[in-house]
Amino acid sequence: MSVPTDSNAKFAEYAHPEAIVSTEWLAANLTNPDVVVVESDEDVLLYEIGHIPGAVKIDWHTDLNDPVLRDYVHGEAFAELLSSKGITRDSTVIIYGDKSNWWAAYALWVFKLFGHADVRLLDGGRDKWIEEGRELTSEQPPLTRSSYPVIERNDAPIRAFLADTLAHIGKPMIDVRSAEEYSGERTHMPAYPEEGALRGGHIPGAASVPWAKAANEDSTFKSRAELEAIYLDGAGLKPGDDVIAYCRIGERSSHTWFVLNYLLGFTGVRNYDGSWTEWGSAVRVPIVKGALPGSL
Amino acid sequence: MTDLPTVLAQTKEDFLDLGDKDKIQLLIEFAEELPELPAEYQDHPELLEKVEECQSPVYIFVDVTDGLVAVHATAPIQAPTTRGFASILVQGLSGLNVEEALGIPDDFPSTLGLNTLISPLRVRGMTGMLWRMKRQIREKTSA
Repeated sequence: MSVPTDSNAKFAEYAHPEAIVSTEWLAANLTNPDVVVVESDEDVLLYEIGHIPGAVKIDWHTDLNDPVLRDYVHGEAFAELLSSKGITRDSTVIIYGDKSNWWAAYALWVFKLFGHADVRLLDGGRDKWIEEGRELTSEQPPLTRSSYPVIERNDAPIRAFLADTLAHIGKPMIDVRSAEEYSGERTHMPAYPEEGALRGGHIPGAASVPWAKAANEDSTFKSRAELEAIYLDGAGLKPGDDVIAYCRIGERSSHTWFVLNYLLGFTGVRNYDGSWTEWGSAVRVPIVKGALPGSL
Repeated sequence: MTDLPTVLAQTKEDFLDLGDKDKIQLLIEFAEELPELPAEYQDHPELLEKVEECQSPVYIFVDVTDGLVAVHATAPIQAPTTRGFASILVQGLSGLNVEEALGIPDDFPSTLGLNTLISPLRVRGMTGMLWRMKRQIREKTSA
């Protein structure tokens, strides 16, 4: 790896310190030609009102989703996107975003579907950078087009589909949505729009760990010891477990996927991106209502 | 089909006339123009309704006085898309009479040419906002 790992003491505790950098580290490495900074937000206009100098924007909805199928873009579109942003297959990509990096983690997960080797998250994301009074600009960086190769996605290791998830029932699963979504409570008041799924509840056996439990107030990730208390002691995961995480459309569960995979070192974690908008509308899949995980 | 009220019709025309980059800029301008909540609502958060369809915290309040509509909304500075959506509706609905406001088509947000640029999922947040505003107008005029 040409770009050094952040030697921050908190990160050294994590299973993969090379997957995360601090704001200090990024400030010192902004001009490194091997580093490309990518902003990826829930709010699609944030980049325009101010971003980290030199950062490019990749939007999850408009850039990474296939415009027709409910799927991610394929190799050619991904190659075109990354080439247009000046990213090469060897670039060290640092992704940051709003909302404790929830969408940044999603973008990172998609980069990993394409096997991009060196992608890291900025701990604390956009909020921390701004909180520390660091420089922002609304100027677009001058981009030199690169030539990113066409790589087909390899979904299987980190992405679960409906059938995979159905077969996984009985093994560890984490539902990262809010407690109300997990229990299946709905707002049944008249003239309120229906949610994006026909049924409420959760997948049998899934433990409820809302994604934001992994984040501190300042949007940074919690320490390894705190994360172990949440996911090992609290949710009952054991090292070596195969885990599936899901939420509503797979975005919040990417954050949890990142935590389990890179910070705690689980090797068999998959994100079920169909998530509740698929499961809660699928015919005859089992559902449990209420606050307890339940079983088949 | 009723005609769109003047301000919203103008907003729609402005968006449809612009290229993608300028559309973004116009939405940012709307975000910047969202007025502060009047003081009486700042002290009474319970009066405000949260728009659950938006992923950023946005709250709205509709007031109907003498048959005229006033709409207020608040959303964080770090949520410009949501603020922009709210601002379009606050400017477009305020001052209308009840009939004009209720006559705004529910699909107005998706007619601004923003679906490809912003994503249908996000534009749905603005649809939820409009829906809730119209519901509040109905509640406040039937009482």
